[in-house]
Amino acid sequence: MNYKRILQEYKKDRTRLIEILKELQSREGYISEKATLSVAEELGLSRAEVEGVISFYHFLQARPLGKYVVYLNNSITAQMAGREKVALAWEREVGCGFGQTSTDGLVTLLETSCIGMNDQEPAALINGLVFTSLNPEKVKKLVGWMREGRAVEDMVEETGDGANSHELVRAMVRNNIRKTGPVVFGDYSAGQAIFKALQTTPECIIDEVKKANLLGRGGAGFPTGLKWEFCRKEKGEQHFVICNADEGEPGTFKDRVILTERPEMVFEGMAIAGYAVGANRGILYLRHEYTYLRRYLEHILKKMREQGWLGQNIAGRGFDFDIEIKMGAGAYVCGEESALIESAEGKRGEPRDRPPFPVQKGYLNLPSTVNNVETLATATQIINRGAGWFRSMGTPVSAGTKLLSVSGDCQRPGIYEVEYGLTVKELLEMVGAEDTLAVQVGGPSGNCISEAGFGRKICFSDLPTGGSIIIFNRSRDLFSVVRNFLDFFIEESCGWCVPCRAGNVLLKKKFEKIASGLGTARDLREIEAWGKIIKSMSRCGLGQTSPNPVLTTLASFRGLYESRVSQEADFISEFDLNRAVAEACAITGRKFQEEQEHA
Amino acid sequence: MPDKIKFTVDGKECQAEAGLTIYEAAKANGIYIPVLCHFEGLKPVGSCRICSVRVNGRWMAACTQPVTPGMVIENSSPEVEEYRKAIIEMLFVEGNHFCPACEKSGNCELQALAYRYQIMVPQFPYLFPKKEIEAFPKFLLEHNRCVQCQRCIRAIQTPDGKKVFAMKNRSGRVRINVDRKLAARLSDEQAQKAMDICPVGAILKKEVGFRVPIGKRKYDRQPIGSDIEEKK
Repeated sequence: MNYKRILQEYKKDRTRLIEILKELQSREGYISEKATLSVAEELGLSRAEVEGVISFYHFLQARPLGKYVVYLNNSITAQMAGREKVALAWEREVGCGFGQTSTDGLVTLLETSCIGMNDQEPAALINGLVFTSLNPEKVKKLVGWMREGRAVEDMVEETGDGANSHELVRAMVRNNIRKTGPVVFGDYSAGQAIFKALQTTPECIIDEVKKANLLGRGGAGFPTGLKWEFCRKEKGEQHFVICNADEGEPGTFKDRVILTERPEMVFEGMAIAGYAVGANRGILYLRHEYTYLRRYLEHILKKMREQGWLGQNIAGRGFDFDIEIKMGAGAYVCGEESALIESAEGKRGEPRDRPPFPVQKGYLNLPSTVNNVETLATATQIINRGAGWFRSMGTPVSAGTKLLSVSGDCQRPGIYEVEYGLTVKELLEMVGAEDTLAVQVGGPSGNCISEAGFGRKICFSDLPTGGSIIIFNRSRDLFSVVRNFLDFFIEESCGWCVPCRAGNVLLKKKFEKIASGLGTARDLREIEAWGKIIKSMSRCGLGQTSPNPVLTTLASFRGLYESRVSQEADFISEFDLNRAVAEACAITGRKFQEEQEHA
Repeated sequence: MPDKIKFTVDGKECQAEAGLTIYEAAKANGIYIPVLCHFEGLKPVGSCRICSVRVNGRWMAACTQPVTPGMVIENSSPEVEEYRKAIIEMLFVEGNHFCPACEKSGNCELQALAYRYQIMVPQFPYLFPKKEIEAFPKFLLEHNRCVQCQRCIRAIQTPDGKKVFAMKNRSGRVRINVDRKLAARLSDEQAQKAMDICPVGAILKKEVGFRVPIGKRKYDRQPIGSDIEEKK
């Protein structure tokens, strides 16, 4: 392959490294050693640095893969929807295990963290396309088609609702919008908000957003107006607006639906933010799992430029603003804003130390505001309809509406736009959940609540959430839920700091000890203490929340843990002598006999 | 002379120039905050978290956080010290550290911290990971002992700014990855610098060993941090 010629296109732009690696991978099926060396030489990097980037991301591969690459999602809702049988079907039909490629080189089976399809599990990415609601029969059919050499696009038999059926998307993904609300899914005519915004001053825009009390919808809840104000006040030759479309929190899929059905509202919000902070460039950082939306989004951007809503001299007011799409490559931690910026610069997605904050030194060390998809869409509507209208909804602290992505044990999983202040009980009724044991609010990094907490409200001052709501009924084993979440954090830790990298592994070990019935009251005390250490000492939000699956279930379901541990014993050995000598016994053909005490 | 910033560490009134990190400001006042990944002259990365302090109830890494006026810093409270001790223990169980057989024994900062924190047996179970030893023309890389402090990454670069050492993988699989071609071109001085800057015995220069006998090494004489505390 003529790497030189391909690389020429990228003009030695290091910020495009991930894009370059993705292109090479799409041409050759993986990133070969030769490709790595060529990229390193072209960009003036050491080979070790390029390998560092490749090995960081889940969807970049430095080893040859099959013609079809299947990434089967391993989130808890997939498990609840029969993932095990589907996984076995894949292994049986393909003839190899997960992590392997079939001997004929046709199919590679791999696992991946939540791909944002929790309401239509079990789901998988096959050569970048999404396949939902899998079962063993469908798997058999898919593998049959692979043997025939069918193109993956032609395996999509039925496309989903709304723009999922658009010719540039053609995905079998369903929106499952169960309840629309007045903001994101309310009345909207594209282009009006940016016109309106440009009639006033940036300060007025910031003021309006502040008055609306818009808090960040990604989960952290930072006041958006304040963020824009900080960013505007920073000096820099350029400012940036970055839209965080890297929703990776298991159970969150609302940004996917917003980008499918309301992309103009998001892009308009970016332009408004650009006007407010003094930026001419916007970046949509789109998670790799949503690659299937990319062509459609590019098309929307093109249309918006044609309408004069983006590009040069918008609305004839002398304001220039344009948006480019940058793709992620599979890393949960990139949802953290400084890690996202590193990744957008083509580096490993490792969080930065703060200060300086992204509003001070963000993308290319220039002032940048990073906002969630829903936040930007909401800002557009605030400009359209006014802060007063917005504040008439929700609670005094948490104004407006929130998109919830509901999955798990309920009759109607999907998207709900609700006013803040809704109680969990009300939500459970709305989604048709019965015999509920626990509700995971805010994903694994959030809070697991029991019936005692169903009267609590979904809002920033009580139960905040980026949108993820996962419901478990009484037939579920909470320990397997916690196990799944802990595995997720262990895998997704960037490995930079010790408490997150090592601490989470140790926490899981302790958890398994308790779950297996070998724990004591002391182990319960220790797991709680270790969880606090990890939360306190970790460098970024990932480690600061990763012990939550244990800590919040301990708080809500203490009895469950207590029933697994021995209250009397001081110590129960994990060491099983018989098992330890089993191999030696098998080799020597002798039977192990425990030493008898002398009479 | 510019105005000095006033702050307190464990109740002690301190002053320092503006623009320093909490670690540097404390040091200027004869107060030792333990560090492992930090090395003077290199950009701090806050990876080990041993220097964590509590400021108005919030945990911060002293090596990266700038000191600001009026900070009330908690450096040696039982909880802060207990949490730091836990981090040191995590490092011991996460790798394979056999001090008596290590060339770095006595000069090792991890070992010295363990002595300072009087660690006898870690509270965590050993993970016994399988890690490798790699050989390069001028040095060995003993992954069993590596603590991912990133000092080598920051300190050793080619004249045109290429990284000889870089991070590879993520999560618990994270490793220091050496660019073989560039490593082969390192001078003796650079290889020595790589070894000296490594806080543990992960980077070992070839063909020399135990030049200074055990018992006469840096931390054999006095605990780590005592040089800072002596300047009080």
